[in-house]
Amino acid sequence: MIAEHAIAKLSPAQKRRRNITHALIAVAIIVIGIVAKGQFAWVAKFPRKWVVPLKNWITDFFEWIVYGVTFFEGKSYEFVPTDVTRGMIKIFEYQLSFTDGLFFNGFRIGVDPLPWITVVGLMAILGHWVAGWRMAIIAGGSFLYLSLFSVWAPAMDTFSLVLLTVPVVFVIGLFLAIWMSRSRRIENAITPFFDLMQAMPPFAYMVPIVVLFGIGDVPAMLAVAVFAVPPVARCILLGLQTVPHEVIEAGEMAGCTPRQMLWKVKVPTSRSTVLVGLNQGIMQTLAMIVLASLIGASGLGNELLNSLQTLRLGQALEQGLAIVVIAVALDRLSAAYAHKPKQYIDKSLPWVQKHRHLVFAGGFLVASIAMAWFIPSLRVLPKEWPLTTAPMWDAGIDWVLVNWYDNVQGFRNFVLIDLLIPIKKFLLSVPWPTFIGLIILLGYRMGGWKLALTVGLMITFPLLMGLWKQTMITVYMIGSAAVICIVVGFPIGLLAARSERLSRYIILMCDFFQTFPSFIYLIPVIMLFKVSDISAIIAVLAFALVPMVRYTNLGFRNVPFNIREAAIQQGATRWQRLIKVELPLAAPEIMLGINQVIFMALFMVAITALIGTQDLGSEINRARTGNKTGRALVAGLCIAFLGMIADRIIKAWRKQHDYQQSRNT
Amino acid sequence: MLKSKVLTLSLAIAATAVMAPTLATAAESDDPIQVIDNNWSSQKVLARVAKQMLDKIGYNTELVTLDTQSQFAAMGTGDAHIQMEVWEGSMNASFMKEVDAGRMVDGGSHEATTREEWWYPDYVEELCPGLPDYKALNDCAELLSTPETSPSARYLSGPAEWHPEDVERIEALELDVVIVNAGSADALFGELKSAAARKEPIILFNWAPNWVGAAYPGKFIEFPRRDAENKCVTDPSWGVNPDMANDCGAAVGGYLKKGLWSGFADKYPCANEMVANINFTGPMIDSAAAMVDVDGLDHDAAATKWIESNQAVADSWIPSCAG
Repeated sequence: MIAEHAIAKLSPAQKRRRNITHALIAVAIIVIGIVAKGQFAWVAKFPRKWVVPLKNWITDFFEWIVYGVTFFEGKSYEFVPTDVTRGMIKIFEYQLSFTDGLFFNGFRIGVDPLPWITVVGLMAILGHWVAGWRMAIIAGGSFLYLSLFSVWAPAMDTFSLVLLTVPVVFVIGLFLAIWMSRSRRIENAITPFFDLMQAMPPFAYMVPIVVLFGIGDVPAMLAVAVFAVPPVARCILLGLQTVPHEVIEAGEMAGCTPRQMLWKVKVPTSRSTVLVGLNQGIMQTLAMIVLASLIGASGLGNELLNSLQTLRLGQALEQGLAIVVIAVALDRLSAAYAHKPKQYIDKSLPWVQKHRHLVFAGGFLVASIAMAWFIPSLRVLPKEWPLTTAPMWDAGIDWVLVNWYDNVQGFRNFVLIDLLIPIKKFLLSVPWPTFIGLIILLGYRMGGWKLALTVGLMITFPLLMGLWKQTMITVYMIGSAAVICIVVGFPIGLLAARSERLSRYIILMCDFFQTFPSFIYLIPVIMLFKVSDISAIIAVLAFALVPMVRYTNLGFRNVPFNIREAAIQQGATRWQRLIKVELPLAAPEIMLGINQVIFMALFMVAITALIGTQDLGSEINRARTGNKTGRALVAGLCIAFLGMIADRIIKAWRKQHDYQQSRNT
Repeated sequence: MLKSKVLTLSLAIAATAVMAPTLATAAESDDPIQVIDNNWSSQKVLARVAKQMLDKIGYNTELVTLDTQSQFAAMGTGDAHIQMEVWEGSMNASFMKEVDAGRMVDGGSHEATTREEWWYPDYVEELCPGLPDYKALNDCAELLSTPETSPSARYLSGPAEWHPEDVERIEALELDVVIVNAGSADALFGELKSAAARKEPIILFNWAPNWVGAAYPGKFIEFPRRDAENKCVTDPSWGVNPDMANDCGAAVGGYLKKGLWSGFADKYPCANEMVANINFTGPMIDSAAAMVDVDGLDHDAAATKWIESNQAVADSWIPSCAG
């Protein structure tokens, strides 16, 4: 019997008794904590000599593995660990040099990269082939934007990296998902690693990647993959697991081999979920592009950081938009391709007529390259041509600074001084035994002893690492941001679920905010709100709001039509229908949304450290000066554990909830 | 396999073509020298000056984009080779870690020195006429405050680890100032841009040489000068406060060094000689950065133009081994 089910099975009277006991225990934990804080110095401040020097061990380990050890020394087959890791990199370098040559810097034998007119045209033809004129305009228009707004060269550099990374991420995600779908045991073994990879801020593992795998596009691709594979694999796994029984049985009756069952039955049936996985692969890859430029991936990310460094915000905005444009074009193209109905073409037709798009594309390729040969401005756009909206944006920002600043200050000062600072002081004054005790109690309440033990160990980790204060400040930042995300994101998601037309715009906005590099928000936010906690929280909001909207929308959309009708027939008011019928049914997705909000907010912690915070993100930032590998990874682990605690508790709640629902119906 | 053959072949052709006039580096490696490219103007131009000069004496070179922290790990493993600007204030810890481990070497200092100190844009002086003297900070504390620091002045500093002695300096000089730590240069100058648009008083951390000085004229605050023996830090009785150390400003001439991978001298001896010769003065760095920030050239063009307009200096850096 699973603990969550046992809890859900309790009778109302037993439940009431359980609630009272837990409330009493909570009060006891609080009182004991406060008393102990007055009595014992080690409660008031965790002694430094009790701190486990894990960070030093990790740093030493990296020193040893990278610079110290040689296996089979003296033998002909001696090797050092970096020979292995560097060898892995070589596998991808060839493919990358091909796409790079095609789109960006040409080939060494004197062949130029494709002219911009060729790429734009081919994209339009591809768009037309997968989904007709509308897609042709979207795909062609996107790439036309890149060339007209003078970001062509860096954009193609990024595009060639993305073109290789997304398939790699998708294929790895697909195979991991298939492997995990084989058995619960494998799934349970891999899930914690996924949690870690997703919740660990990329800043924390940049240095290990550099020393093990080197610098440049391929190691950058690896850093991207660490971050982008888990959500892809998770989506696909969910799809494979929710294939209806009837479909599988039909497959069995038809005598499918296991291989056929997988590729001909399960994968096609879960196509729409697999597609969400692909969407996430594309979005996450482009969200990481700026960070990848820190370890040698040139392209848009790097250009963007240059613009920000000299506060050319308008220019940075255009470069950020270029990243979004690539993401949206690729996403829409791949989605349209997956939904493309199978076309039945008369086989007796001549080859040319059966492959009209291919023929046309080939013709255009030759014609456009020939044209570009004679008209240089079709090859590389002359410097005077490109449009720019940068001066307009810069002027707009200046205008806002001069005219809105004073109004914003009243709001800023109120939120900061009357809300945020008191919350922070309160959280910092909570004795650590109380906080840990309450987390364990919550774990026990939601999922029994096993969960209590898991979350208890994870919340004790920062204490033993000597990072308690930074962790509490992180909890305060993330908590405040998450509450605002929920309050703001829920109504937007509900609105999206109610209207088809609004929904399309809202989804587009979600894609925008997920891929628009968060570095860009930092500067305008600082300009209006100064370096302070409120700036950091606002920067988190823009990014972490997205999953709340997406999942609320999804949750309300999945409420079965007949149940909603039944509620209307029973004479429920709109409000009753929302609260009593739809909300409980949509709750699991909404909770998943909250879960993702927390992960996204934790991802932003390392980036908001650039504004200036005193949390775990700034600890990672600090560790990066001096390349203290262990210190960065330990702080990264603390952040990851915070995310995993929230995740485990929400999942346990969801199990209880699902079980309750299934008993009620 | 095929690719590596094509690569070697084309490299060989390229190398013979380039080496025809010089021949000096015939015995040295054809592997490209990786020159580090960071994200601020002066560094980008200096890196390209070095690259173009290395090209000229017959080396293969590549620029590699890295941030100021990952670059040290990359130079330690030999993936990247040259950094033209190693700043004492923000990079000393990472740099020294690799040097002490024997994985990087100090490529010598530029004549240019760096200054990192509390700073304000000129218009603040009109509101608080006592500046740049540090004593004016206390007189103008209310003016320089924000609601969360009031009634003390707010000093926007860089990341806390850049200048940890600031805390003690405030105490030693009895300043009515609260430090707020910005997490990055972007954050510092974002606030400056915003304040300057409204002429709001602000005191922040800044350094020279820096593009900011060209866009926003301003001055460093003058604290009591640090003595040559650094007694200010080691001896409490020194200075205006007889009971406390750190009663002085930051060191005025911080180093600006070139950093190299430790295997560089063996693999590219002649290039190593040249990098040792390269020596930028403060005005030279300013003029290099201004070609980008003021004249609007791109970084490659600025480097070419800089070499042309400083031909004599550039030629004097070319060592005899380059023929």
